Amino acid sequence: MKHVAVIGVGQTKFGELWERSLRSISLEAGIRAIEDAGIEGREIQALYIGNMSGMFTGQEHLSALAADMSGLNPIPTVRCEVACASAAAAFRQAYLSLLSGQYDIIMAAGAEKMTDLMGSGVLTTLMGAGDQEWEGSFGVTFAGLYALMARRHMHEYGTTQEQMALVSVNNHKNAVNNEYAQFRFPISVDDVLNSPIIASPLHLLDCSPITDGAAAVIMATEDAVKKLKIENPVWILGSGQASGQLALHDRESLTKIDSTIVAAKQAYEQSNLKPDDINYAEVHDCFSINEILAIEDLGFCKKGEGGKFVEDDKINTEIKINSTGGLKAIGHPVGATGIRQIIDIVRNIRDRGGIGLAQNIGGSGATCVVNILGDNYAK
Amino acid sequence: MPNKSSIPLSWRLNKSIYRLVGNKCKRCGTFFFPSRDICPKCRRKGDIEEVVFSGEGEVYSYTMINVAPKGFEQQTPYLIGIIKLKEGPLITGQIVRPNNNIEIGKKVYAVFRKLTEDSKSGIIKYGFKFKIKD
Amino acid sequence: MTDIGIVGYGCYIPRLRIRVEEIARIWGADGKNIKNSLGVEEKSVPDIDEDTVTIAVEASKNALKRARINPRNIEAVFIGSESHPYVVNPSGTIVAEAIGVSNNLFCADLEFACKAGTAGMQICYAMVKAGMIKYGLAIGSDTAQGRPGDALEYTAAAGGAAFIIGNNPLAIIEDTLSFATDTPDFFRREGEPYPKHAGRFTGEPAYFRHVVTATTNFLKKTGLKQDDFDYIVFHMPNGKFPLKAAKKLGFPPEKIKQSLVVKKIGNTYSGSSLLGLSNVLDVAKPNERILLTSYGSGAGSDCFSFLVTDAIEERRCSAPRTREYIENKEYVDYGLYVKLKGKLKL
Repeated sequence: MKHVAVIGVGQTKFGELWERSLRSISLEAGIRAIEDAGIEGREIQALYIGNMSGMFTGQEHLSALAADMSGLNPIPTVRCEVACASAAAAFRQAYLSLLSGQYDIIMAAGAEKMTDLMGSGVLTTLMGAGDQEWEGSFGVTFAGLYALMARRHMHEYGTTQEQMALVSVNNHKNAVNNEYAQFRFPISVDDVLNSPIIASPLHLLDCSPITDGAAAVIMATEDAVKKLKIENPVWILGSGQASGQLALHDRESLTKIDSTIVAAKQAYEQSNLKPDDINYAEVHDCFSINEILAIEDLGFCKKGEGGKFVEDDKINTEIKINSTGGLKAIGHPVGATGIRQIIDIVRNIRDRGGIGLAQNIGGSGATCVVNILGDNYAK
Repeated sequence: MPNKSSIPLSWRLNKSIYRLVGNKCKRCGTFFFPSRDICPKCRRKGDIEEVVFSGEGEVYSYTMINVAPKGFEQQTPYLIGIIKLKEGPLITGQIVRPNNNIEIGKKVYAVFRKLTEDSKSGIIKYGFKFKIKD
Repeated sequence: MTDIGIVGYGCYIPRLRIRVEEIARIWGADGKNIKNSLGVEEKSVPDIDEDTVTIAVEASKNALKRARINPRNIEAVFIGSESHPYVVNPSGTIVAEAIGVSNNLFCADLEFACKAGTAGMQICYAMVKAGMIKYGLAIGSDTAQGRPGDALEYTAAAGGAAFIIGNNPLAIIEDTLSFATDTPDFFRREGEPYPKHAGRFTGEPAYFRHVVTATTNFLKKTGLKQDDFDYIVFHMPNGKFPLKAAKKLGFPPEKIKQSLVVKKIGNTYSGSSLLGLSNVLDVAKPNERILLTSYGSGAGSDCFSFLVTDAIEERRCSAPRTREYIENKEYVDYGLYVKLKGKLKL
């Protein structure tokens, strides 16, 4: 079995970057990753970049633009799109390409410039990740889709709005020390429950924000890692990706996300690890309920007990979940988030060793990518 | 923008969205709404036939949308439900102004309403919504 | 010759209401006084997602339930309205698709102020009689416009009724007659949002002349007398005009009482006289006779005589009655009314 490692990471600050363009944030993330890896740009052989929608800026074909701006021409580039999981998919495509033996060093990135689009256009664009004909046409929003799941989870398992609020509270607390995060201030359960309702039962502070940001990693095969004398490689131990029904109403249950269950199983099997072995998990808390679903579907607790798991603070004591702030507090530039999650796992592992898992969801769960990384593939 | 101005798109959906026309697989008995070209269980062995759904069902989940996408701003706030149809499938739709408190399990029936309009000069989209039974 | 008439009927009235006093409050007018002088207490208000087409569809679905026929056998759809959502393409094809009628379809939208629905009924009747179609669907449906602050605002309401015309009816159309002259008492120009009316001119030379003349001519033509009718229905621009017309024509007020839906829902324009008819059919017994005279500005009246058959008893139970729609209501204030009517610029 060949092995692949992340050898360099870089990102922009996440937030409302009014003065920055899509091309400039893409470039910054890429340059930082190259500098972090300590390599030359010309050593990169291919670029995969996640980007959810050209409708935010009007710009499609971002992969070619990013290669051009960073002087990487004429390497092959591909823009990956699986809604909010686009960046994790770019990462996985880069991983598979390296495993194929075709390349030795690849850049995987993600970028989204959301704030160029004003008002309800953002909601409409995001809803492109749902079923346009049978969800979007009735005025459903993404908050609405997750609200429908939340309502059902409350109904089936007695999950409370307070438990969901605690997800946001914990993520805000964790982001205070994250220099890249959009929101670096703590909030309380009351703050969440008193914030305006976006789609009942979800309040404003149950929702991840609209964010600009870009993130990039440099990935290399074991041979290249050795040749480049990389001192702190973080190895990919397992990777999985799965699809599920696009529309919520086509699923047998609204309280689990099958694509997560399947993608996690693939990643666990490949790495020969169990949920208990994971030290850090970056999960896709685009809405607070989704962190609870992720905790359950990734096997950190039994189905239906995710709310209690959060309430009992096991997200800090048993396993560190979203220890850098999650999508809620770091911000969620949709097509960049998956790489940002990988970067935070890499930083954790570089600092403290251990094993980390990143779960990136596309849409309301029709796509899920799970990657497991560690400091040592031989463990 | 996606659900804007595509006249062919809304025209293609007219029949199903006006009258809840879906289909079923005669082989395994599964009902589909929206209709499917092949039965995902029986695949090419399936035998698909058109069905007009009764529109009767119950609330499976619901949310009140306070922040609306384009074309729905004027309707805010409005209720979206996932409805479990009597025939089996779940479908998404708006629930019209409820005359009593909404809960999971409440019985509903389909009504014909205006869904959205592109603009004052644009196409008007009609279709089903659901109403809580009194 | 087999009997031709109403095979199934159905109505629809939006649930929302606004009180006359609430509108008067906004304009600093004396609500009680207006209520008494109009004979209207409150009016129906379309929800934000209701219009002439949706009202017509719901009314037609009720008519189909009573007619108990396959909608594929309906071969003509005529909708009369002053508020067709489109100006060029018809409401009729949308309604036809929504209830699943035949695509071999005679269809056109009709406009003759408040009497276009009854004109549709006459066309369907003639086409069935001529053997051109098996069943025809005639609908009067409106979300009536009235300029804010105008007298019309107190009464302009929303609602409609649908009638399937064919053989084996629950009420036989015995005969029909129309009377029309060039009398512009009420009009709306192309592209204008609100109609204009000629004040008191809408009374004697317009409403009363046409309703009375059409009815008088009809009685003369058919040889029927006032006593031959158990119920009468006139167009209801307000609560007073139909009573006055009945008096002029020598009908006792109790014969018109059942049809006076205007007091609680307002003037539903093309839906008005047809909702009156629907409310009468809800209670009429076999062999009772109903006189209907509609009125449309511009101006004209259509007069009909219906003879109720035995089929009424079992068929009318198959759909909600007019009264149920009148009584199932929720009040809105003027602010919400303005929003629902789409008068806020977003």
